[in-house]
Amino acid sequence: MAQRLNVLVCSGASCLSSGSIEIKKKMLEEIKKAGLEDEIRIIETGCMGPCELGPVILVYPDEILYKKVKKKDVEEIVENHFLKGRPVERLLYKSPETEKLIKKHEEIDYFKKQKKIVLRNCGMIDPESLEEYVALDGYEALGKALTEMSRDEVLKEIETSGLRGRGGAGFPTHLKWKFTKDAEGDQKFVVCNADEGDPGAFMDRSVVEGDPHTVLEGMAIAGYVVGASKGYIYVRAEYPLAIERLRKAIKDAKEYGFLGENIFDSGFDFDLEVRIGAGAFVCGEETALIHSIEGKRGTPRPRPPYPSISGLWEKPTNLNNVETYANVRHIILKGGDWFASIGTESSKGTKVFALSGDIQNTGLAEVPMGTTINELIYDIGGGAPEGKEIKAVQLGGPSGGCITKEYFDTPIDYESLTELGAMMGSGGVIAMSQDTCMVNTAKFFLDFNTFESCGKCTPCRVGLKQMYKMLDKITKGEGEKGDIDKLVELGESIKKTALCGLGQTAPNPVLSTIKYFRNEYRQHIENKKCSAMVCTDLLTYTIDPDKCKACTLCAQNCPVDCIDGERGVVHEIREDECIKCGNCYDVCPFDAVIKTTGELE
Amino acid sequence: MKNLEELRKLREKAQKNIKLRSQDAKIKVVVGMGTSGIAAGAREVLNKFINEINERDLDDVMVTQTGEKGMSSQEPIVEIREENKPTIVYGEMNPDKVEEVVEKHIVNGKVVEEYVVSVEEE
Ligand SMILES: Cc1cc2nc3c(=O)[nH]c(=O)nc-3n(C[C@H](O)[C@H](O)[C@H](O)COP(=O)(O)O)c2cc1C
Repeated sequence: MAQRLNVLVCSGASCLSSGSIEIKKKMLEEIKKAGLEDEIRIIETGCMGPCELGPVILVYPDEILYKKVKKKDVEEIVENHFLKGRPVERLLYKSPETEKLIKKHEEIDYFKKQKKIVLRNCGMIDPESLEEYVALDGYEALGKALTEMSRDEVLKEIETSGLRGRGGAGFPTHLKWKFTKDAEGDQKFVVCNADEGDPGAFMDRSVVEGDPHTVLEGMAIAGYVVGASKGYIYVRAEYPLAIERLRKAIKDAKEYGFLGENIFDSGFDFDLEVRIGAGAFVCGEETALIHSIEGKRGTPRPRPPYPSISGLWEKPTNLNNVETYANVRHIILKGGDWFASIGTESSKGTKVFALSGDIQNTGLAEVPMGTTINELIYDIGGGAPEGKEIKAVQLGGPSGGCITKEYFDTPIDYESLTELGAMMGSGGVIAMSQDTCMVNTAKFFLDFNTFESCGKCTPCRVGLKQMYKMLDKITKGEGEKGDIDKLVELGESIKKTALCGLGQTAPNPVLSTIKYFRNEYRQHIENKKCSAMVCTDLLTYTIDPDKCKACTLCAQNCPVDCIDGERGVVHEIREDECIKCGNCYDVCPFDAVIKTTGELE
Repeated sequence: MKNLEELRKLREKAQKNIKLRSQDAKIKVVVGMGTSGIAAGAREVLNKFINEINERDLDDVMVTQTGEKGMSSQEPIVEIREENKPTIVYGEMNPDKVEEVVEKHIVNGKVVEEYVVSVEEE
């Protein structure tokens, strides 16, 4: 019997962790109970994007989106919607402005402003089914390239498209391919960088988990152009589902003959293998990554030579990011001109961003290049929760920088972000409200970079540590005059002298927060003040004797017994013993505990 | 995989499986599936529509369902919605009538007056 409903259960990382598998199981049971198993198909998909609303379920053909579904809701959905045709209203999305129920998922603001190329299939198909991928024009681009186009024609199309690397630096993809194609070598390789080390980033993971074949197809087309018969996908071990899906996709593609020997009867052979990394951040850097695949220690080496000339086992190697490869098939199918019509003068196509931090709609969003930061964080992201204001966004992860609200109307592209002292990076966007201390944020990223430094070169190994120590002092109220200038000087010299991209960009979060929030640094140093009330060492807790009802609740909850007083005797905090844990502030029912920062006037 | 022809054959077969998610429907068949509708046989009607439409490969027809329509004496109720055309509501449907409606109305564009219970202007 033919099916009448397709129920898509999001199994992206976020929905998985909030129980989507349990929901799917329960749904299968309920459908069976209702005798609907022949009429309804349940499909586990990759990430649909609006993680904040998860677990998310999307029901076709009506495209009804359910949000925050719990196991106990399943019976009602099956009974009322699947059987009787009445969608369960309380689980539908409500427009935050008009309070109106929105049933069709495409009418939700979060989706409306997006343009999906890379993520087109993500959340739409069963990622473990090659057939579903093929049904949506999968492997047509590979077939077209191999049977109807010469290697140069494919390359030309990529050039026309203006595609640039999505892994960080935005290097023109066609040039990389050309260098590898023209390089001398009996054997060449194609490598996909799916290391994705930025904290909070999950774009590449979502593509690989939600639509693995799109990456394989892009790599095979690259292999054809550069003349490689073998490719590797480098994935971190922390992404087991991505690894499993890739392996299955490779196996299926071989079975159908989209990988292997003599593909499309064209004489082109191409084989792929997954290689697993142990998760060091520096292994995302291309030369370190190549060492890691070779089985060596994952440390970078100076360039040139670039991998396109001398890469894996010293052979010419084309290395691109997941998202870069994922764009390729669409360019071949629709043409370079089509792709070039999207985006800005210098940056074409779309970019996938991962929204996180102080923002309502955390999740994945794909937008055309040239979309402004405002559109991204307000129209799609919904702004900060509780009506707070977003004072800055951090772009480009731990090697990026922050951008302040005066610049939120900047159209996003590679150049505009670099000009502002941030960078596209892999597409992580962290929103920060007034409750964020910029000094502490810089310290967080620098801590990450210091920890991830491989130690091979001195500026990065020693310099970052010194910067970190200075920042640590400042957040503890021990900063001295002149520290800011020292940080800038040291940061600049590390950038100039470090061996690889890690060290060359690691000081960025510090430099850019100093550039835009110098005053916050000054307050920390000169007034011992953290206006975001984040740096605990700069906080003082006192008790307002007029408000204190002497109930002893604070004293009972003080872990270090530094509150004097008893029933009927107004309490007092012995400041020198206070560890600023904030317990007293949180438990006082009368708001008598006062939190202040900065030297008391 | 030897050539594009072979790929296209595979695709045609595969498209059946994802039709519900990718179609751009011109005609929408809406079956009333309230409690009384189901009691009167709406499920059989719904499934008959689905099967007929699949067997005939009618790609631009979408079959969906709704709750009670408030015409319980004439259940099962089915609406045929088409852009720029009045919505035709059929009543007291059964699988045999479904076959007729698909054949005459959906395929050949001729409303089966006999079963119509109301016509709703857009
Ligand atoms: C410390 C460091 C970490 C990096 N991590 C990644 C990563 O996780 N993923 C990625 O694609 N590129 C990463 N890169 C950039 C790669 O070196 C390389 O430029 C990129 O993968 C090239 O692909 P593209 O041209 O498609 O952008 C990193 C670079 C540095 C310096």
